[in-house]
Amino acid sequence: MRRPRVAPAVLLTVGLGLLLLPAARVPAFYESFLYLVFHWVALASSWGILSGFSGYFSFGHGAFFGAGMYATATLLSAGLPFLPTLPLAGLAAALFGMGMGAVVFRVRRLRGELFALLTLAVTFVFATIVLNTRIDGGPGVYLSAVPLPRLAGSATATLYLLALGIALVTVGTAYAVYHARWGAGLFAIHDDEDVAEVLGVPTYRYKLLALGLSSGLAGVAGGIHSMFVTYVTVAETFSIVVPLYVVLMSVLGGARHWLGPAIGAALVTVLMYGVTGGQTAVAGRAAVGLTLMLAVLFLPEGITGFLTRRRSARPVVTTLDMAQPVLAVAWNRPSRVAGSTLLVCDDVRKTFRGVRALGGVSLDVREGEILGLVGPNGSGKSTLINVVSGHHRADGGRIVVGGVDLAGLEAHEIARLGVSRTYQIPRPFAQLTVRDNVAVAGMFGRLVRDRRAAEREAGRWLEFTGLADRAHMLPAALNLHQRKFLELARALASEPRLVLLDEVLSGLTPSEIADATRLVREIRERGATVVFVEHIMRAVVALADRIVVLDAGQVMASGAPQDIVRHPDVVRRYLGKAHA
Amino acid sequence: MPSFTLLAQSVLSGIFVGGLYGLLGLGLSLSWGLLRLINLAHFALAFLGAYLTYTVSSVFGLDPLWSLLIVPPAFFGLGVLGQALFARFGVTQFGSLLVTFGLTVIIESLIQWIWTADYRRLESAYGTASWRAGGLFVPKAELFALAAAVLLAVLTWAWLRFTWVGKGLRACAEDPQVAAAFGVNHRRLALALSGLGAAFAGVAGAFVALIYTLAPSQIYAWIGVVFAAVILGGLGNPLGPLIAGVAIGVTEALTMALIAPAWAPLVSFTLLILLLLLRPDRV
Repeated sequence: MRRPRVAPAVLLTVGLGLLLLPAARVPAFYESFLYLVFHWVALASSWGILSGFSGYFSFGHGAFFGAGMYATATLLSAGLPFLPTLPLAGLAAALFGMGMGAVVFRVRRLRGELFALLTLAVTFVFATIVLNTRIDGGPGVYLSAVPLPRLAGSATATLYLLALGIALVTVGTAYAVYHARWGAGLFAIHDDEDVAEVLGVPTYRYKLLALGLSSGLAGVAGGIHSMFVTYVTVAETFSIVVPLYVVLMSVLGGARHWLGPAIGAALVTVLMYGVTGGQTAVAGRAAVGLTLMLAVLFLPEGITGFLTRRRSARPVVTTLDMAQPVLAVAWNRPSRVAGSTLLVCDDVRKTFRGVRALGGVSLDVREGEILGLVGPNGSGKSTLINVVSGHHRADGGRIVVGGVDLAGLEAHEIARLGVSRTYQIPRPFAQLTVRDNVAVAGMFGRLVRDRRAAEREAGRWLEFTGLADRAHMLPAALNLHQRKFLELARALASEPRLVLLDEVLSGLTPSEIADATRLVREIRERGATVVFVEHIMRAVVALADRIVVLDAGQVMASGAPQDIVRHPDVVRRYLGKAHA
Repeated sequence: MPSFTLLAQSVLSGIFVGGLYGLLGLGLSLSWGLLRLINLAHFALAFLGAYLTYTVSSVFGLDPLWSLLIVPPAFFGLGVLGQALFARFGVTQFGSLLVTFGLTVIIESLIQWIWTADYRRLESAYGTASWRAGGLFVPKAELFALAAAVLLAVLTWAWLRFTWVGKGLRACAEDPQVAAAFGVNHRRLALALSGLGAAFAGVAGAFVALIYTLAPSQIYAWIGVVFAAVILGGLGNPLGPLIAGVAIGVTEALTMALIAPAWAPLVSFTLLILLLLLRPDRV
C-alpha cells in the first residue's frame, strides 16, 4: 500500500499502447484472442471490487453480466445504436445488483456462505424469468444483423478496443477503490463487519455501492460481449462458466489485491486457449475445477498474496517523526462546558430472547469524567456498552450523547458523534497490519481523515500505546496485553469524545495493569470522557471519579469510589467484604 | 380460477416434488449443520447417481431400482474418502464451498464426457405408471420417492435423537475440541456422516432419474431451491429439509396453477429472504 506506485503507471502505459494495436494491422485472430483476455480481466476485476475486498463472495456475477448482455440485446432489437446501449447495460446491471443488495444486505446474518449461495440461486431465478418472459422467450436473440460502429478498421478491432477500454476502466476502478477510504472500509468489513460498523464504517452503504459498481462494470462487459457472440441465449449467458471463472481467476490471482483478479484472468485465459472446442473443452472445464480446488487448498491468498507476503516478511523500518513529542498528541478539545452532561441513559432496556439484560438503567456521565462501571457477571455492564455504541439496539428508553438522541441511529453514525469502544475479548482485523487496524479507525469515526493522514496519525497512537515496533505485523503476532492495547489505540484513533472501555485490564499482569491505568488517565487528560467496565476493584477505585454498580440489569448504587466500597448492598452482593 | 381437482392435483404434485427437495437436502443439511461443510458437490453426486441409474436400466436392462443396491453403498465410500481429505487439509466452512464448487464442475465434466450433453430419458415402467385416487393421478415413481424421503429422514432423525452418536455429533458441531476432550471421536463420526450424506445423494439420484429428463447442466437448477429448503428447515435437523421442501413444493405448484409457471422459481427465493429477514437467528 505504501510502495512506490510503479505497477499502475506501467500498466497504464501498456494499456494505452495496446490501443494502437489495430493500427498495426495484426491478424484478426490476435484481436479476438486479446478480446477474450480483456473480457475476463474486466469481469474478474469487477467481481473483486465487492467480493475480493469485502469478502462477500458472489457466485452471481453471471446474473449481472447476463443482465448487461440482455439489456444491450433488447435495446438493439428495439433499434437503438450499439454504443449508447453500453452505459444503459451497465446501469441496468447496477440497478439489478443494488436492488438485490438493498434486500440481502439488510440481513445481518447473511454473510459469507449464505451470500454466496443466495447469489448463485439468484442467477438461476433470473435466468428462468428471462427465459419465460418476452426478454428472451426461449429461442434466444440474434444480433448478427445489427451494424457495429467502426472505431477501428474492422469489427473485431472495434470489439477489441471496447474490451480493452472496459478492462482498463475496471482495473483502474479497482485500483482507486483499493487505495481509497472506501477500500479500507471494505477490508475492515472483510475481517469483522460488526467492529467495522462500530468504528464508523458505513457498512451497508459501502457494500451496496461496491455491489453496484461491481455489477455495473460487469454489465458493460456483458453489453460488449453480446455483440461479440451476436447470438444471445439463456443457456450460454447464465451458465456456470462466468461465476466459476471469475471466482477461480480471483482466487488464483489473489482476491484481496486490486490487480489479483486481472493477473488470474490473463493466466487462466491463456491457459484455456489450448483447450477450446469439442471434447477438449469439457476436459478444460474439469481442469479449471481442479485448479480452483488446488488453489483454495495450497495457495489460499493467491499469487499476489503470496508475493506481497514474501515482501512484507522483510524487516521494516518504522518511519515515525520522532521530533514530534508523542505526549503532545492532545486532540483539540471539543468546545464544552466543564462538567456538563455528555451521556444520558434514561430507563434503557434490553432483552435477549426473554432474558432481561438491562431492566431500565438510568445514569449520567459528565464531560471529562472517568466513570467506573462495576457489577457481578451478567449484571449488564457489557450490554450497556453494546447498546450505547450501537452494537445492539435498545428495546426501550433513551440514550443521548452530547445532546443527540441515539434512537434510530446506526452504529457508524454513533461513532461519528464521537463514541468509541474496545472489546473485552480483542477483535482486531486479522488480515490488516497493526498500523492499518488503527488507521481504519482514524479514517472513520468522529474525524473523517483521508487515508494518508490516518496512516500517519496511526503511527502516533501506536507510539502512545507502545506498539510502534509492531506496526507492520499482523495482529496474530501480538500477545494478549498487546492486543488489548491495540484495541485501545483503535478506540483512540478517531479522537473520540466518549471512550467506552470493556475490561481492558482483565487478564493482564500487575505491571501491565499499571501501564494501562496510566494510559486511561492520559486519555482523559487529552479531553475524552471515559466509561470503563472493570472487575479489578483496586484499579477502579484508583481511576474512577465516580462508580456506578449494576446488578441484574439495574443500577444498584452510584457515587464516589470511597462511598461505593462501603455501600452495604454492594459489599453484600458484589465485593463480598468491605474493601479499602 | 382453476377447478378444485386441478388445485388438488397441484398440491399433490407439490408434495411430491417437495419430497424430492427434502431427499436432496437431507445430506446437505447434515454436513452443513453437523460437519460445518457446505457440500455443493452433493448435487453433482446426485446427478452422477441418476446417470448410473440410467445406465443400469437402459444398458443392462435391469429394473432401475436395482441401482439402489449398488450406487448408495459405492457413494458411501466416496463420502468417507471426501471427508478424510477435507479433514486432512483442514478445510474451513467457506473453503468447502469453493472446493466443492470445483468438484461439482469436475463431476459435471465427467458426466458430459461419458454421457454427452444430450438429454437422457430413462424409459421404464415407473415413468408412466400411476394410480388413480378420487379423480387424482398418483404417479408411482414420485410416490416411491416421497416414501424414501420420509423413511430416510425419520430414520436419520431417530438415529441422531436416540443414540449417543447424535449427541456426539451435535457436541462436535458446537465445539470439536471440547467434545474431543469429553471423549467423542469426532473423526470417525464425521466419516460416517459424510458417507451417509453421499449415500443419500445416490438415493436421491435414482429417483431423479426415474422422474426427470437428465442433462449435465441440470445439476445447477436444483441448487437454489434445495438450499432454500435446507436453510428454512434448520441446519442439521433431518426432518427440516423435508418439511420445508414440501412447503416450498406446494407453494410453487400453487403459484404455477394460480399465477404463471414463470414465477414459480421465485417462490423459494422469496420464502428464504422472508425467513432471513423475519427470523435471522434461525440460520
